[in-house]
Amino acid sequence: MKINHVGFTLRRLSLFIFTMLVLTLLSFSLSFLFPGDSIINISGAINATPTQLIEIEKHYHTDSNIFWQYLTYLHHIINGELGISMASQSNIATEVLNLLPATIELSLVALFIAMFVGIPLGFIAAIKQNKTTDNIIVSVSMLGYSIPVFWLGILAILTFSINLGWLPSAGQISLLFEIELITGIQFIDILLSDSPYKWQAFSDATAHIILPACVIAVAPATIFIRLARTSMIEVLETSYIRAANAKGLTFRQMIFRHAIRNALIQIIRHVGLQFANLVTIAMVTEVIFSWPGIGRWLIESIYQRDYTAIQSGLLVLSCFIFIVHILTDFIYAALNPLARGNKYGS
Amino acid sequence: MNKIKVNLIACLSFFALSGCNDESTVSLDEHSVIYCAEGSPETFNPQLVTSGTTIDATSNQLYDRLLSYKGEENTLTPALAKSWHVTKNGKKITFYLRKDVAFHQTDYFTPSRTLNADDIIFSFNRILNKKHPFHFVSGGDYPFFQNIELNTLIEKIEKINEHTVRFHLTHPDNSFLANLATDYAVILSAEYAEQLVKQQRKSNIDTYPIGTGPFKLKEYRIGSFIRYYRHEQYWRDPVKIEQLVFDITPSNTGRLTKLLAKECDISAYPIAHNKIGENKSLTLESITALNVGYFGFNVKKPPFDNKLVRQAVSYAINKQVLLDTVYKGKAVLAKSILPNTSWAFDDSIPAHEFNPVLAKSLLDTAGFPQGFTMDLWAMPVQRPYNPNAITMAKLIQADLNDIGIKVNIVSYEWNTFLNRLSLGEHQSFLLGWSADHPDPDNFFSPMLSCSASNTGSNTTFWCNKKFDSILQSALQTTDLNQRKEYYSQAMRIIEEEIPLIPIAHSKRYQARNKEITGDILAAFGGINFYHIDKNKKSALSAKKIKDTTIVNQINVGEN
Repeated sequence: MKINHVGFTLRRLSLFIFTMLVLTLLSFSLSFLFPGDSIINISGAINATPTQLIEIEKHYHTDSNIFWQYLTYLHHIINGELGISMASQSNIATEVLNLLPATIELSLVALFIAMFVGIPLGFIAAIKQNKTTDNIIVSVSMLGYSIPVFWLGILAILTFSINLGWLPSAGQISLLFEIELITGIQFIDILLSDSPYKWQAFSDATAHIILPACVIAVAPATIFIRLARTSMIEVLETSYIRAANAKGLTFRQMIFRHAIRNALIQIIRHVGLQFANLVTIAMVTEVIFSWPGIGRWLIESIYQRDYTAIQSGLLVLSCFIFIVHILTDFIYAALNPLARGNKYGS
Repeated sequence: MNKIKVNLIACLSFFALSGCNDESTVSLDEHSVIYCAEGSPETFNPQLVTSGTTIDATSNQLYDRLLSYKGEENTLTPALAKSWHVTKNGKKITFYLRKDVAFHQTDYFTPSRTLNADDIIFSFNRILNKKHPFHFVSGGDYPFFQNIELNTLIEKIEKINEHTVRFHLTHPDNSFLANLATDYAVILSAEYAEQLVKQQRKSNIDTYPIGTGPFKLKEYRIGSFIRYYRHEQYWRDPVKIEQLVFDITPSNTGRLTKLLAKECDISAYPIAHNKIGENKSLTLESITALNVGYFGFNVKKPPFDNKLVRQAVSYAINKQVLLDTVYKGKAVLAKSILPNTSWAFDDSIPAHEFNPVLAKSLLDTAGFPQGFTMDLWAMPVQRPYNPNAITMAKLIQADLNDIGIKVNIVSYEWNTFLNRLSLGEHQSFLLGWSADHPDPDNFFSPMLSCSASNTGSNTTFWCNKKFDSILQSALQTTDLNQRKEYYSQAMRIIEEEIPLIPIAHSKRYQARNKEITGDILAAFGGINFYHIDKNKKSALSAKKIKDTTIVNQINVGEN
């Protein structure tokens, strides 16, 4: 059993390392595929003087063969040197570190909303299978899945910010509050700050996150509804539920003691898979709600043809999504020993 | 037990959502103003730029000048200089400085003395003297002063005593005092500069500013916001608000949304004027600005080095359509770069009418019967002289397509756009000019003179010796009719040579919540937040008004 554990972990880690290598290869080749000089694309130094340029070329080993250049590039990435932005000339690694937490925060809140709304609804639909409640839930989830996120975002702003004036439409927190950037996760930073307006800031940040997080949560929530429904129906048809039924447990006891737990295991691995989808939706939503995250930054970089930022941004985002996948795989395996035999990552 | 739990959760969530102390929320909001700006400043020193976005964000907020303008006649009035004296020959000008003018005290600098003659000499010598330790700190370009050739005008600046300085000019110049009152002629702190030299951080002088203005810089995040706090020891009457935040929101609709959702108190360059007018808690202000929006050519690059091509393009564009679509009719058609409100404007200058047939024949004569492909750079931000350059570019694209010219529209982030433009990487571009002072020279010299083409502020790179000598003659005469005649000649040269096509003179608009009082807009130059205040009483009544607005809207809906 222990060998099984180690084997599983090693398989996942090697998959991670291999995929990351492919990603860096892709990102490295982008600097040659983008228009312009590859050394400027990779370093971002557009205004470099000839002497500075020679230094940069030395730094990136451009005089050596392509393999050596790639190794140098890898070395830079591992050291956190992602070059400078062509547009703002600021350090990309610092920008990413400042912006990524905001995206993680938004995505996590959205994920929790999606889970807390979607999964119970799915269970209810399964329990009331083929009845009116089930039909309503399934139809609403189909509707939610088909609505384009940018349209939903604009509609939400129009309704809740402009017409009703309940919630703010843009940003992470009102600019009046001066919150020092420590972790990048706004709520933690607020709690750590010594501002006299801490609690106002906290409630303001809560008000700011509600709209974008709900808009992002719609699509994954509908998926969770369907997953939870299918998974629960499957569980309800298994022999141990029938056995529990025969034992004389009430329906309520059966659902809470046995069915929910077993159905949840199936859903958890999908939560991780949904995360990639969720981050994609979050990127679009960040633009609509002016959320200061990496998605908005990346889209702006594309608009400004900031190649250095595009390369590093894609690399960091895909790396982040991949880590989340692996983590869910581990959690799933911890909860479900049968999964550890799986040879391939999902 | 369960009931207690429920109550506890309810209390906690109430606590989190409402905050524990309502009074402090009110006070923070009450003394703070959020201004939704259209772009990020390039620097915090207005001496270094001509960009209006930077001037708006920095000049009047952080700094003071020796003189300033007052009233609708724009007469010169004392500022840091409490009085001044000009000798009869016009070549020696003495300024008597105010005492007890304090510089900003910030996290990065604590002043030990008040303003004196050294600060004035430092601020101007930095621009004039190439050997000055700070001259090349941010690249050595001082576009406004180089355009007006201040270095050849000022012979030397002399310190008479601690609070008196004398400027020695090489020749009398009519626009000299007016130029010292512009948003560019700000006074920096010499003591701060000394500290930076010791710390070997000279470049901080332009990024971590110290001035004598009503606000001091607290925090700046590029593309996101600027946070200013009030300058407690300001030499004029105290500043009424505590915090001023520039919320940088480049999108038109984004600013409108924030204004309607009360996330910003004042919005630059608002769109949907009717919508704002309908909302009873908002006010729309406008001021007739001295400006011009234009379509310029890089005359150093083919095919626009050919005068006939420029003329062809000029006849091919339907300016009236641009005016109706982009400015929604809220601007005047430009006949020349000088607005018709200026005293030097000459109505007899012929304007290029829309004439595609003539345009096509000019293009044939120029040797492009099949047309050509060109890049058109459109500004990414809204300025008073051009509220929507991308739309304008698309309309121009359609017009030019009719005579066989294919147009690629190019846009960059604002700072990048301006930088690349000044390097001459473009073929043609949409831009404009807002005057810094009422003198007509301010339209001609900075936009089209040879010295401006060297500094990169004349981005057409057009240089005409005859045109330049006319401008020089106009500056040296005091006879108003004579000057008018010179500027008329200058306008005719532009009309003939077409380094740029003037399109419109527009009004400058701004929308704000009614609770904000005080004037911000000026006919020329940047905006000024010194006079603003947030009135809680009017805020409360505005809230009531807002409720009635909703009722009104419902009624409208029912009708």
